[in-house]
Amino acid sequence: MTKEIIKIEDLKREFTMGTEVVHALKGVSFSIKEGEFVTIMGSSGSGKSTMLNILGCLDQPTSGIYEIDGVKVKDLTKNELATIRNEKIGFIFQSYNLLARTSAIENVELPLLYNSKVSTEERRARALKALEMVGLGERLHHTPSQLSGGQQQRVAIARALVNNPVMILADEATGNLDTRTSYEIMTLFQELNRQGITITFVTHEPDIAMFSSRTVVLKDGAVIKDAKNNNIQSAAAELAKLPKENH
Amino acid sequence: MRILNLLKIAFKAIVLNKVRTLLTMLGIIIGVASVIAMLAIGEGSKESIRTTISAMGSNMITIQPGADTRGPARGSGGDVQTLTLKDYEAIKEQSNLLSYITPVVNGGGQVINGANNWPSTIYGVNPEYLSIKVVGLQSGSMFTDIDVQKASKVVLIGQTVVDNVFPDGEEPVGKMIRFDNIPFKVIGVLEEKGENTFGQDQDDVVIAPFTTVQKRILAIDYLNQVMASAISEEDAPEAVTQVTEILRTQHKLMDHEDDDFSVRSMEELISTFSSTSEMLTVLLVAVASISLLIGGIGIMNIMYVSVKERTKEIGLRMAVGGKGSDILMQFLIEAILISITGGVLGVLLGLSATFLIEQFLHWPTSVAMYSIVISFAVCAVTGIFFGWYPARKAAALDPITALRYE
Repeated sequence: MTKEIIKIEDLKREFTMGTEVVHALKGVSFSIKEGEFVTIMGSSGSGKSTMLNILGCLDQPTSGIYEIDGVKVKDLTKNELATIRNEKIGFIFQSYNLLARTSAIENVELPLLYNSKVSTEERRARALKALEMVGLGERLHHTPSQLSGGQQQRVAIARALVNNPVMILADEATGNLDTRTSYEIMTLFQELNRQGITITFVTHEPDIAMFSSRTVVLKDGAVIKDAKNNNIQSAAAELAKLPKENH
Repeated sequence: MRILNLLKIAFKAIVLNKVRTLLTMLGIIIGVASVIAMLAIGEGSKESIRTTISAMGSNMITIQPGADTRGPARGSGGDVQTLTLKDYEAIKEQSNLLSYITPVVNGGGQVINGANNWPSTIYGVNPEYLSIKVVGLQSGSMFTDIDVQKASKVVLIGQTVVDNVFPDGEEPVGKMIRFDNIPFKVIGVLEEKGENTFGQDQDDVVIAPFTTVQKRILAIDYLNQVMASAISEEDAPEAVTQVTEILRTQHKLMDHEDDDFSVRSMEELISTFSSTSEMLTVLLVAVASISLLIGGIGIMNIMYVSVKERTKEIGLRMAVGGKGSDILMQFLIEAILISITGGVLGVLLGLSATFLIEQFLHWPTSVAMYSIVISFAVCAVTGIFFGWYPARKAAALDPITALRYE
């Protein structure tokens, strides 16, 4: 039996807006096993973003259980949450969120700067390895402005990988990219997943789901569909089908 | 998080915003530079006053007759005749803290040499006068105790008197001049001393044995003053007390009666002048501190802007594991780094400004080590104080909101 990375049981999240109580999540339960590639889908207002914030330990549920890698997240202090984010989760954002005027390798090193267990030499070595994994071993000292959108997202993926997280959490990671580049990025995700990395991909784009192994659909704060994808498409194959670019 | 990593991050942020950082530092730079320069000018003038007064004889003690408080009518110090030769002799005999002592009688009059004449002051003293006033001779020699005993009609004259009554550049020594129609033989010329701190021409003097002046010119039997020299500067205050005691006994004053004389040391004069210049220094420093304060507010302002501008960066740092305390330290160190770098540049600028003032304005300056140390300390405190609130604001950000901030 494979290890459960994420365990969610009857998770609720309520926000108080003035006098009104908004139920963003109304009792969600699911779990994610090691090595899965899960897409969490839902339209705007479905509770997707709230789910993402809780999965990423940026927010706390109002009630219910959330465990990541065996750690109960509820009731942890802010600092303990920060440590979990630092050691167990790799974030990837829609807008890359790289530090401007900072080289690729320094951007990738960032999470390790906040981990005092990692020495300077180890930090550099791990950042180098992560950048090689995403195919940017040649562009260590380029700043974000010298890189294309796809390359910037690769740097962000390397940054997510550098702390050896138990799960990569991507938020609309291909949202800012054209079709070709987003297929390239999806190819990379599939490649990383094949190497055993657990990926949770939050998106509203349905075609991303066909590359993942499982889809969880949220609507009005509840799970309306949770299905295995028995027909996983290869992003590399889809990429090859695209018409050649005119260079 | 390691402090070295934080320093690296803060240093990077500063380097990425060179112009803005430099402009921010400007307030601190000007503040520190002015504190250093102002203190250097203040200290310099204090030292120069001290030197001038010391040149007049820093161990000098003057005893003047005071108003006689025993009578019904009180006259001014000049009119009273409470200081006599007997007092002088008593002090000379009984005090063991004085190295030199001379009675002084003085009066104004006309110095005449043929067709040239000049109004001056004649001082009747004994030969120890030169040692007390720390003045040497240009030519000739001082009169002796014998001249004092015999009330010889000999004088020494200052350079201003020489210039006015011997305008043709004749050698005055050996010549006869008249002071108030009494003929005197010039036996020496005093060294030039120039003006003193109070703008008084110290070379406009005629010096003669006090017996001569007392009997032949002023026709008085009291003294205008007694001047003495303490063994050392440190002994001066005690010497003042001792002389006061001797004179009180001499004048048979009761415990409840005030002194009918006054004894002053140069030390008191120095402290009077020093306190004036100290007040000036305080004022100068106050002005300089205000500019330092404004510099600090500049840092606070720019740190607020920086926090706002980098909200998304802060959100990201938090998302990848930065704790609130890490973010706080990052911005605090950045503020301290700015203010301390500003401090270093300010010290350098202040030192160069001091050097230029000394070179071109010829103002006396003296850079006090403590002013540099204080400036540094103030800079660090400024950085912490004015960096704290913006840094707190950054640390308190909610990572979710910060990440979505545009």
